[in-house]
Amino acid sequence: MGFIALKMLIGDRAKYIGIIIGLTFASLLITQQAAIFTGIMIRTFSFLTDVGLPDIWVVDPQVQYIEDIKPLRDTEVLRVRGVEGVQWAVPLYKGMLRARLSNGTFQTCVLLGLDDATLIGGPPAMIAGQLADLRQSDAVIVDDVGATGRLARILPGGRRAPLRIGDSLELNDHRAFVVGICHVTRTFQSNPVIYTTYTRATTFAPQERKLMSFVVAKAKAGEDINTVCSRIEQVTGLKAYTRDAFKKLTFIYFLKYTGMPINFLTAVVLGVIVGITISGQTFYNFTLDNLRYFGTLKAMGMTDGRLLGMILLQAITVGAIGYGLGVGIASVWGSIAVSRTQIAFRLPWQLLVATGAAVLLICLGSAALSIRKVMRLEPAVVFRS
Amino acid sequence: MVADLTSNSRPEEAVICRGVTKTYGRGTAAVQALRGVDLSVRPGELMMLVGPSGCGKTTLISVLAGVLRRDGGDCTVLDCDYNKMEANKTTRFRGRNVGFVFQAFNLIPSLTASENVATPLMINGVRRRAAVTAAEQMLDKVEFDERMMRSLPTDLSGGQQQRIAIARALVHHPRLIVCDEPTSALDSETGRRVMELVRRLAVDSERAVIVVTHDARIFDFADRIAYMDDGRITHVVDARNPTIEKS
Repeated sequence: MGFIALKMLIGDRAKYIGIIIGLTFASLLITQQAAIFTGIMIRTFSFLTDVGLPDIWVVDPQVQYIEDIKPLRDTEVLRVRGVEGVQWAVPLYKGMLRARLSNGTFQTCVLLGLDDATLIGGPPAMIAGQLADLRQSDAVIVDDVGATGRLARILPGGRRAPLRIGDSLELNDHRAFVVGICHVTRTFQSNPVIYTTYTRATTFAPQERKLMSFVVAKAKAGEDINTVCSRIEQVTGLKAYTRDAFKKLTFIYFLKYTGMPINFLTAVVLGVIVGITISGQTFYNFTLDNLRYFGTLKAMGMTDGRLLGMILLQAITVGAIGYGLGVGIASVWGSIAVSRTQIAFRLPWQLLVATGAAVLLICLGSAALSIRKVMRLEPAVVFRS
Repeated sequence: MVADLTSNSRPEEAVICRGVTKTYGRGTAAVQALRGVDLSVRPGELMMLVGPSGCGKTTLISVLAGVLRRDGGDCTVLDCDYNKMEANKTTRFRGRNVGFVFQAFNLIPSLTASENVATPLMINGVRRRAAVTAAEQMLDKVEFDERMMRSLPTDLSGGQQQRIAIARALVHHPRLIVCDEPTSALDSETGRRVMELVRRLAVDSERAVIVVTHDARIFDFADRIAYMDDGRITHVVDARNPTIEKS
């Protein structure tokens, strides 16, 4: 009977297209908003993703998320190195700094200071130059988006030219030379990212009594990382997180203390409501228009179970088409937007499943009213003119 | 192909009703549509139910077809009492044993003529391809050519649509066919042709046909005519030998 159900559905072309448009719009809105939300949330811990080598991040116990930096004494790195199970530990500086551009304006940047000896914590990918070039005098490495965007040189006539190796910057009244261009995961604030050595970073940074942002460490092979974290906490009185735990802490902070989840959830709920109102209403009208035929089928011997199956098949068919179109459009839009702008857009498979579940919910919600109507239909209706 | 869909028993009477009552609504709004109907229809005969509007013809045909439950009295259709059957069993029984022809045809507009006719077979579990083949054979009997078989109902005339409806009522070889005002939407010439078709194809020794009609011009197609008024059968006339059989 699926054949009859589908022909009935497609036969009423205007309503069929109306239902699909409603579901496509709902699916597009849900997927797009959720993908942007996911992208933004992933950017909140992008620094942790980029610094791949260390297992353990040691911070002040009051730190609530990655950007909430409470400086540590330089001696803490030595204490961490002394903890049983730690293979190595190095200091890492992270701070905000103003760069003065060639036209006299200022641009806030993220400054990262890497351990002078090992350069642990460097960018995940170099586009030009080498990480080791940071050992040159006044050397910095700039991320590609910053180099072509906010830190770009202003040429006579107002034209912008990307920063290149050999160009200079003024960082907090200190001269710096660009020795490399790197690629990093976009940060939450989308500020340019500048890498230098730890010692140089502390000279660029405003003077404070304590300057070290993190101690990053690696556990010895075979050691349980969580156990090593516990030992570090016992010995130093600081807080030690695994990378995933620190990501989670940051993620939860943004969920709890920013309005982002509510904003995006509102958009997603709007998508569901639009889907239910447009598609549900149209689907219900489609059922009402076909009530006489459902009654005829019932009179001719079709059981309630098979009628239920027909309506569910119709609902799931339009749902699948609407979902496919919505997710497809969202993906294409996302791909184009990501390649041309700095928009945060991530579409993991879990999101596709969640959108599918939302669209299924819309379809079942829409079908429920129709099913109720058809199940209550007296087959004797066929003899009423 | 569909022979196994029908029961092997051959009752003397296809329909036997005694004192059948049916009331719509409750309390002061109650309307008694059937007030003790007695009727029997034999296999092989075409029985017409006639009477003024609101006399209970449609209610009676609904009860006989198993699409409406009676309130009282006894009624056996093809040896079965619908009131003693579960709803789903009644539905399946209807699917196997009852064919319907409606006043407004009730053809599904998005299905072609042959797909519409194939529907009762598909409801009874016949696969689509086989059902459509059987439907085309049945449509051939109602003088449909291949082009018409592939047409949508909306592209066909009223007479052609009613011929599809007759083919649909017959395709699964039911033992009872109920026709509700089958000619009222048609002109008199087309109406007579439709009734000729019903007479020629539907009436056979194992099948009873009940036709509800107002249309006196088709009375000569009946074997017997049951006159109804105010929820009762007032008298039954043998149309071949017009003497009052019962009053």
